[in-house]
Amino acid sequence: MLGSGLLQGLAVTAKNFVGSFHDPKRLTTVEYPEKRTVLPEAYRNFPFLVSEKAEDPMGTLRCVACQICEKECPPQCIYIEKSKDKKPDATGKMQIYPAVFLIDSSVCMNCQICVEVCPFDAIKMDQVFEIATQERFHALLLDREQLAKPNSYFHSIRPSEAAEVDGRLAAERKVAEEKAKAAALAKAAAQAKPVAPKTEPAPGAASPKPQNPA
Amino acid sequence: MSLTGDSPLFPSGGAHVRAVNDEFHGDLLEVSMGPHHPSTHGVFRMIVTLDGERIVKLKPVLGYLHRNHEKIGEGTSYLASMPYTDRLDYLNAMTNNWAYALSVERLGGLAVPERAEYLRIILAELSRLQNHVCLAGFLLQDTGASGTPLMYAFRERETILDLFESLSGSRMMCNYQRFGGCRVDASPEWLGQVSTLVDGFGAFLDEFEQLITGNEILMSRTQGIGVLKAADAVAAGITGPLLRAAGVGYDIRKVDGYGLYNRFNFRVPLGAHGDTYDRYMVRILEMRESITILQQALRDIPTGPIMDPKAKLRGFRPKPGESYGRIEGPKGEIGFYLISDGSANPYRYRVRPPSFVNLTVLEDLCLGHTIADSVVILGSIDIVLGEVDR
Amino acid sequence: METPDQICHRLLARFPSAEISVLQNPGPAAQHSLLVGPASVREVAEFLRDDPLLRLDFCSNVTGVDWPDKVVVDVTKSTVPDPAGGPPKVTEQKTEHTQPGYLEVVYHLYSVALRHGPVIIRTRTANRTDAVTLPSLTPVWRAAEFQEREVFDLFGVVFSGHPDLRRILMWDGYKDHPMRRDYVEPEDYEWEPTPHGDLVDKSKRAHAPKPAGGPTP
Repeated sequence: MLGSGLLQGLAVTAKNFVGSFHDPKRLTTVEYPEKRTVLPEAYRNFPFLVSEKAEDPMGTLRCVACQICEKECPPQCIYIEKSKDKKPDATGKMQIYPAVFLIDSSVCMNCQICVEVCPFDAIKMDQVFEIATQERFHALLLDREQLAKPNSYFHSIRPSEAAEVDGRLAAERKVAEEKAKAAALAKAAAQAKPVAPKTEPAPGAASPKPQNPA
Repeated sequence: MSLTGDSPLFPSGGAHVRAVNDEFHGDLLEVSMGPHHPSTHGVFRMIVTLDGERIVKLKPVLGYLHRNHEKIGEGTSYLASMPYTDRLDYLNAMTNNWAYALSVERLGGLAVPERAEYLRIILAELSRLQNHVCLAGFLLQDTGASGTPLMYAFRERETILDLFESLSGSRMMCNYQRFGGCRVDASPEWLGQVSTLVDGFGAFLDEFEQLITGNEILMSRTQGIGVLKAADAVAAGITGPLLRAAGVGYDIRKVDGYGLYNRFNFRVPLGAHGDTYDRYMVRILEMRESITILQQALRDIPTGPIMDPKAKLRGFRPKPGESYGRIEGPKGEIGFYLISDGSANPYRYRVRPPSFVNLTVLEDLCLGHTIADSVVILGSIDIVLGEVDR
Repeated sequence: METPDQICHRLLARFPSAEISVLQNPGPAAQHSLLVGPASVREVAEFLRDDPLLRLDFCSNVTGVDWPDKVVVDVTKSTVPDPAGGPPKVTEQKTEHTQPGYLEVVYHLYSVALRHGPVIIRTRTANRTDAVTLPSLTPVWRAAEFQEREVFDLFGVVFSGHPDLRRILMWDGYKDHPMRRDYVEPEDYEWEPTPHGDLVDKSKRAHAPKPAGGPTP
C-alpha cells in the first residue's frame, strides 16, 4: 500500500512520544542548571596545581619548576619561572619552587599531556567547566594562586586516581627513607671503627685528630 | 558577470554551461551556497550555476577552516601532534589518533601489545557507529525530516560519547592512542557498559529503520540521485562507504589487515546502484557489521599490558626515514605520511584526508539534479570540514 | 607484489631513456620509492596504471615536500711530502658549495583491482625558484586533481596539464606559498595582542639554548 512506510514511521514517533512521559530512556533532557548530570571520574577540563596541605597552598606545592610541562604543552600555554632560593616542601626537603606559574586557559586545549609528563604528580586535570569571565583575555590567564588546589580537593574529584598517586608517593618516600637510613647506618659504622683513645686536647691546640694505632 | 569563462572563478571555461543563453531560455543564475549555511556540514561553499532549478555547474570552494595543520605538525613534537589530530575529523577522534599512531609506529618500529590492539578496534568500531548514526541523522535532516530522526540518532550517539568520556576524559577530543599502545586501560565495568550498549544497538537500528528506511518520501528523494559509477569512483580516489555504495568491495580493514582485523569475521556491504539511497543503506548495514565486530572483540579481548615497553613518552626521536600508514576510518581512507630527519619534530607531516578527496566527484554527482538534491548529495558524501581543510 | 627493484627493472626495460631509480628508505618502515625524472613521469604513471601485473589504478595520496638549499662543506685532505725528508704534511682544505634545493612531489599508489600496494613514486623540480614545473598526473588518476591543486597552493609547484590549476585552500589573491620552509607570515594579517603571545615568547627564551661562554648578564 502506498504510504505504508510513512505510517510505520509515524508509529515509531508515536511510541517515542508516549514513551517520553514514563520511560527515562525516551526522555533524555536534563534541565540544567537546576539538575546536573554526574560527570565520570575521568572527565578532564583545565589543569590545576596540587598542594599537599590546604592551610599552606603556596608552601606545599608539589611542583618543583622542572619546566617539563611547559616544554611538552602543544599550544605552549604554560609559563614557569624558577625561584632563586629553595624552600622546604611538604616532606621537609629543600626544593626549588615555581615563582611564576601561568596557564592561559583561553589557549589550553585540555589535552592532558602536561599531566602525563609531569614526574612529580604536581599538575592534574580539574573538572570545573563553569569558568566564564567578564573580560576576554586577562581574566583567563590563571596564575599560581588561582591554580593551586589542595590534595583533599583532588581526592574529592578523582578518588581512585588520587588514592593511587598518594600510595605511590608514600611508597617512594618510604623507599627513600629506608635508603637514607641505610646510608646513615653505613656512615656511622664507618666512623665508629675502633681507634686509640683520644687524648685531651691541649689548650689552644688545633682540633684533635684520632690517633691511628701504630 | 560572464559565465563563459572570463571570470577568475571559472578559468576552465565552464564546460557544462549551456550554449544557448537567449531571451526565451532565460539567464543562468549563479548561487553561492555557503560558507554560512545550515546544510553544508561546516564552513563550505559551493558556487552553483542554475538553469531554473537544474544544476549546470558546481564548483566547491574550500579553505575556510584551513589552519595549516601540517605546518603546525612540523613545528611540534610527535606526541604533541596527537591532540591536534583529534581536531581533524572532529567527530572521529579515536580513528584519527589510530591512523597517526599507526604511521608513527611504522616509522619508529614499535610493536603494539594485543590488548591495546583489541581496545583500538573496539574504540574504532564505536567511533564508526557514532559517525554513521550522526550521518544518517544529518542526511535525513537535510532532506527535510526536520529533526526527529536526527534526535533519535543523537540519543544513541550520546551513550557512545559518554563511554568515550568515561574512558579517555573527553567526549570528542579523546587524545587516547599513544605510540605503542593506548593511554589508559579499560576497566571491566567499562567493557560491561560497552557490552550493554552493543546488545541494545541492534534494537535501536531496527526502530530507526522502521522509522525511516521504508519511508516513501525518503526513497523518492534519494533513489536515483547522485549516481556514482564504480570505475569513476576508483579513478577519482574515492574511499569509504562512498566507494562501497558504488559497488567496489575495497575495505582497508580487509585489504591491509592492520591491527588484528584479520581475526574478525565480518562482511562488507556493497551497493548496487551507487545512488544516495545506497550510500545511506550501506552505512546502516555497516553499523550492523560493526556490532558484530564489537561483540567478537568484547568476547576475545585478552588481559595484558597496553603499551609497548620500549616506547618512550618524552623525547621520542625516530630514525630518519619515512612511512605512510592508513586505516579505514568511518569516512574513508585516512592516512598519515611522515618524513623523519632524526629530530624530535617530523620533517614533513601530511594528512591524507578522505573527505577532501571524496569531494572530487561532487560536481559530477550533482549535475542535472535540482539544487535541493545538491544538499542531499553533499550530505551523503559525508564531509567534515576539519578534515577537508585541515 | 613485485619489489621496487623489480618494478624499476621492468620500467627501464620499457623506457630505456627514462631516469628511474630506487630510493632506499632507511628506518623500520622500509617503504622504498621510485625516483622518476619529470620528463618520463607521465608515461611511467600510465604504464603503472595499465600494466596487468601491477594495475595501480588508485592514487591514494599526493604530497609535496620542500627541500631547501643545503650548504655542503667538502673537506679534501692532501699530503705534501716534506722536502727536508721528514714525515709528509697532511693539509685539510675546506670548500663550501650550496646544493640547490628542490620541491618534491610524492605519489602513493595502490591497486583496487589486485588489492596490493603501496608503490611510491617521486618527482623533483630542478630548483625552488623558477624551474618549478612538473607534469600533472591528473589525466592518469583523477584522484590527483584536488591534491595537486593543494600542492600548487601550498608549495608553488606548477603542474602542466592540470585541468583546473588554481588555489584551493588559500584565497585566490594570495601571493605566497605557506608550506615552504622559508615562509614568513605576512605583516598585515589580523592579529590581536593576547597574553598568550607574551607567554610563548618568554617560554621560547627560557628554553632557548644558552649562548656558550661568558657569564650571563
